[in-house]
Amino acid sequence: MPQLDPVIWFFVLGILAGAVRADLRLPAAIYEFVSTVLLLAIGLKGGVELARDTGGLPLAELGSILLLGFLLPLPAFAIARHIGRLPRADAASLAAHYGSVSVGTFAVVMGYLATRGIAFEARAAVWVVLLEVPAILAGIVMARGLAGQVAWGHLLRELFLGRSIVLLLGGLAIGWLSGPDGTASIQPLFFDLFKGILALFLLEMGLIAAAQLPTLRRHGLFIVAYGVVVPLAFAVVGAALGQLLGLSLGGVTVLATLAASASYIAAPAAFRTAVPEANPALSLTAALAVTFPFNIVIGIPLYERMAVALAG
Amino acid sequence: MEQFPRRLLTVVTEAVLERELVAELQSLGVRGYTITDARGKGGRGQRQSDWAQEGNIRIEIVCEPALADRVAARLRERYYDHYAMILFLQDVSVLRPDKF
Repeated sequence: MPQLDPVIWFFVLGILAGAVRADLRLPAAIYEFVSTVLLLAIGLKGGVELARDTGGLPLAELGSILLLGFLLPLPAFAIARHIGRLPRADAASLAAHYGSVSVGTFAVVMGYLATRGIAFEARAAVWVVLLEVPAILAGIVMARGLAGQVAWGHLLRELFLGRSIVLLLGGLAIGWLSGPDGTASIQPLFFDLFKGILALFLLEMGLIAAAQLPTLRRHGLFIVAYGVVVPLAFAVVGAALGQLLGLSLGGVTVLATLAASASYIAAPAAFRTAVPEANPALSLTAALAVTFPFNIVIGIPLYERMAVALAG
Repeated sequence: MEQFPRRLLTVVTEAVLERELVAELQSLGVRGYTITDARGKGGRGQRQSDWAQEGNIRIEIVCEPALADRVAARLRERYYDHYAMILFLQDVSVLRPDKF
């Protein structure tokens, strides 16, 4: 058997249980709870590390990662529009999903690197925050044009006050303010139980991904190919940028993984309200049923190897 | 016991629309509503309630018939094309007319 992290087997269990329609369902409240703990844990961990290291935030690095978020949707759109021959709204939706990031995938790469004892930059949680929104904005502009009818005020509010951003930044702030000693009292829940919570999260993600399989069958080969090829290409871009910025081996792996990951929470919600004519099932299925499993099972180990190769 | 005629408007739609619809209802002059999580199957396939992203909600509004009709017309005009949404109207009786 392949040497898979046990948390990944929970995902596989979820997919299998969902595919055979087993009597297994986690209540919505559990999913909300588990994802809340994960988001806070990721933020806290980053915040604690930032408090320890007094170097300050490298603005050039953060700026270029923000720029990456705006640029990734361009090729993602072009591929969907010209090779996939999708309608403009659907291509823009895919571009937004693939340019943005998945915090679930980030949690898995964190677990993966921790298990192998590979360190990465503490500020990686900030990269997640920086990469989440720009691609969604770019995607909406691609669907609508700059002069298009979009309730920007409402949309920006929804995006910047979305759960993931609030919890990640909140966790970062609490971790940074409290420091390593201050957070010792909450360590058991947020740090020690991280992998167990991640396992539950992935079980639920498996069930959700399995629910997308009928849609996947309808949309066929292009969406499967898109969901594998685009992440691979974006991982190369992410890894190259990471190398250019002089990130650590772990940091390059994380940035490659983030570039490869596709949003399945913030992007679908924003597109559903801002560009309702885009087919929501298409992008969600690609992100959830193809790219998420691909990244956590095959992608992440591959991206790590890519980082090793780049480091020479 | 005296009873007063009102209309019950029930809307079943995508949970993602909740905030927007609430604002819409308020702007139309609806004073009260009840929202519950829902799941089921319809023209847009199976809708689960176990993941907020894909869930449905059911909105119930009891009000004057004219207002209920206005709300129904607005929802049909704005949301029927692109969203999973059904709505239906029923005549109901209430005991406290000033409340609805």
